[in-house]
Amino acid sequence: MAGAADPLLDIRDLSLDFASPGGALHALRDIDVTVPRGRIVGVVGESGCGKSTLASTIIRLLAANARIVSGEILFEGEDLAKASEHRMRELRGARMSMIFQDPMTALNPVRAIGEQMIDIQHRLPGSTADKRRRARDMLATVGIPDPDNRLTAYPHQFSGGMRQRICIAMALLVEPALILADEPTTALDATLEVQIVDLLKELQREQGCSILFVSHHLGTVTELCDDVVVMYAGEVVEAGSVREIFHNPGHPYTQALLRCDPGRIREATRQLPTIPGALPDLADLPRGCIFQNRCPQAHDRCAREAPPRHRVAEGHTASCHLLEQTEEAPA
Amino acid sequence: MWFFLARRLGLAAAIVVLAVTLLYLMIHAVPGDPASIILGPRATPELKAALRAEMGLDQPLPLQIAGFFWDLLHGDLGYDVFSDRPVSQIVFERLPHTITLILTSIAWAAVIGIPLGCYSAIRRNTLIDKITGVLSVSTIAIPSFVMALYALLLFAVTLNWLPAIGVGEGFLGRLTHLVLPAFAVGISWVGYMARIVRASMLEVLGENHVRMVRAFGMPERRIITHYALPIAIMPTVTLIGVGMAHLLSAAVFAETVFARPGVGSLIVDAVDARNYPVVMGCVLVTTGLFVIATTLADIINGLLDPRTRESL
Amino acid sequence: MRGATHTRAIGAGRHRPHALMQHWRRLRRDQLGVFGLVLVVLMVGSAILAPWIVPYDHTELMTGGRLAAPTWDHPLGTDQLGRDVFSRLVMGGRVALQVALAALTAALSAGLVLGLIAGFGPRWLDSGMLLVLDAVRAFPVVIFALAVVTLLGPSLWTIVLVVAITSVPIYARIVRTQTQSLRNNEFIQAERALGAGTPRILAIHIMPNVIGPLLILASMDVPLVITMEAGLSFLGMGVQPPTPSWGTILNDGFNHISNSPWPVIAGGIPIILTTLGFTFLGEALRDIFDPKLRKDV
Repeated sequence: MAGAADPLLDIRDLSLDFASPGGALHALRDIDVTVPRGRIVGVVGESGCGKSTLASTIIRLLAANARIVSGEILFEGEDLAKASEHRMRELRGARMSMIFQDPMTALNPVRAIGEQMIDIQHRLPGSTADKRRRARDMLATVGIPDPDNRLTAYPHQFSGGMRQRICIAMALLVEPALILADEPTTALDATLEVQIVDLLKELQREQGCSILFVSHHLGTVTELCDDVVVMYAGEVVEAGSVREIFHNPGHPYTQALLRCDPGRIREATRQLPTIPGALPDLADLPRGCIFQNRCPQAHDRCAREAPPRHRVAEGHTASCHLLEQTEEAPA
Repeated sequence: MWFFLARRLGLAAAIVVLAVTLLYLMIHAVPGDPASIILGPRATPELKAALRAEMGLDQPLPLQIAGFFWDLLHGDLGYDVFSDRPVSQIVFERLPHTITLILTSIAWAAVIGIPLGCYSAIRRNTLIDKITGVLSVSTIAIPSFVMALYALLLFAVTLNWLPAIGVGEGFLGRLTHLVLPAFAVGISWVGYMARIVRASMLEVLGENHVRMVRAFGMPERRIITHYALPIAIMPTVTLIGVGMAHLLSAAVFAETVFARPGVGSLIVDAVDARNYPVVMGCVLVTTGLFVIATTLADIINGLLDPRTRESL
Repeated sequence: MRGATHTRAIGAGRHRPHALMQHWRRLRRDQLGVFGLVLVVLMVGSAILAPWIVPYDHTELMTGGRLAAPTWDHPLGTDQLGRDVFSRLVMGGRVALQVALAALTAALSAGLVLGLIAGFGPRWLDSGMLLVLDAVRAFPVVIFALAVVTLLGPSLWTIVLVVAITSVPIYARIVRTQTQSLRNNEFIQAERALGAGTPRILAIHIMPNVIGPLLILASMDVPLVITMEAGLSFLGMGVQPPTPSWGTILNDGFNHISNSPWPVIAGGIPIILTTLGFTFLGEALRDIFDPKLRKDV
């Protein structure tokens, strides 16, 4: 079973706390995520569910008050949760790279983009001229017109969509095995979003890297990803292939998300559906299921014990008591 | 870029105009005969007549000011009726000493203060950071002339390590004569710059674009020198430009305490002698210096930050 | 509807009695702030109580001799005329305090008025005033002071005038900003619609919001003002003899520095203590009341 099935990234039982004056915030709890080689895995959930925190934890760029409490982040066999900062620095911009949410602030305003693109290749072999050529070619690949001249331009001379393309170019330039994309399309309008998604799909196919794509937009995730992980308030509530999840959602939260997605609404309606209630307090978590106070199908058992991971179908798991009949998925 | 420069120069010109107008207004705001006021009790009728002719004090005020500007554009700062020399000559022969003092002071303060500020930002809340913090506030609080007097007392008078008076001769001589005055003028700037740099560094290091280059594994040192410092240094550059005003004031005291023949001591002597034309000449030259300093600072910032070059 | 007239001013502080205790507690935690407070109380107290606490008449020529080193009788020695330096310094504190109070009060008042005019008045007046204020602020203070002294002659009041003028711009700016932001505020417009006159708006809405920052800035300006007075007096431009001022004492000491170091050493001490005290205290207060004023957080 080893070899071909070895995932690129295997997160097991990851828990993360943020220290705060009011007590520890349990931002991530028992997270299990698997990213196979060459696949695009989406992480979806509403704001505050911890998906961006997850991405930051993998690359270990967290605030000073963050602490990995337990679990493993196995990346190419190595546990990143226990790796030294020095080792992480070796991996960043080499085996893994990141695309950030806000392209307007992601690039250094006083350096030409060509300089920045050459700088990030600092571990790659070759002369400066080689690196400049690679940068130029990548700019062309991501669709920046007139790349030769644009290398000396500054970020503020580009639009938001262009800047995000530059960031994608930079992420791919270092030829990583894994790209962490933290809501790269959230700050862009719908037409740009489509373009960026298409670009990512194409580039991923060419390069063969894996992508962990964080987003709150279901439609995008359907378009782009092969597998998806649904997060709620710091936990993974459902995971599986995109087709499985969207045609056969097992968790009430996923079902609610799908109901609320404007793209899936069939009948004309005046009011868009929402999920009533609010996220739980991460410093003071309730006993039992994390979704109980907003779940339309919650019952007594939900308040008493947290649901285990149940197997809905092959490669599809969800954590809900209602799935009791199906087998429990192996830990 | 040119539009930006033109606007800066326009602002500078406005300040100079305001200064001159104010100076002339002040003469006439005080009750009494302007010539007597300006020359004080020592004035003889001949001197007063000479002054009146020179400054055109009998003419209507707008004409006086206009006349002054006309002369100014020709490089004529007026005439000193006491020593029988053009004011510009008197002022400009002393100007180099003042400029040397100011530049040296700010240079050594920057060389120590800026790295100190960077270090404090990176190693926040360590002992060094806290000590630097307290020392900065303290040195900012102590007036520069008190510092100058103590420095004079300790190093020149008591220990006799460094000279107490004048500017000295030859390169080494001038250097040793600069040490104490430059120390006194610059010491409060070390702390000040450290604080400002620390604050802007902290702000920049927390920004998204720094996080991004960290995500690419860039060595921290390169991030600081090439990605953070160029942005963080800009407020400091502006402050140095604006701080020229404070530096000029401090130079007045330093030149008095250490008997350096600069514009600062010139103006003190001129005030003592009630020599208003010379005083006005000094005020104008120093205002000019200030304007040059701020403009230079803006230009440097324009070079550092490409965005400002295009802002109209 | 009668109850509605007791409207809460925008942003008015909740002056519950125990809020003050909270501030006090926070101040206590800031060691430097407490140290500053102690120094300030010491210096201001000695200045106020000066005539009663000086060991000698500061004008009296002592039999101990001139430029004497510190002894038990004269803890800071005597000056070149034989007067007790310690007594002179304590009296000098009074002068410093007088100048500070007078100058800052004048500057605050003028700043308030100008700021209100700029805030409430027409656009062009505001722009013009800003330009003038910026130009005044741009001036090297000492040089400007010297120019004024040339015309008006050296005296305590010349100093007060100069210091006041140079402090005005910053205060005026704060008042102006606050006034402008409130000017178009809906709350104000509603009050105006209900017939509230400008004085009422000033009193209830503008004042509570500007008093705090102004007082904090003023307290941080005290060291600057005192330094300027001392500096100008040192140059002979300010207080004239025989009135003792820290600056003139330093000047006397400076003129006789090769004969005795003590007057200079002694003269610098109260200036350093006062400026340190007010600076530490001012910073602590600002941290407590309005961290936004911090220029370097």
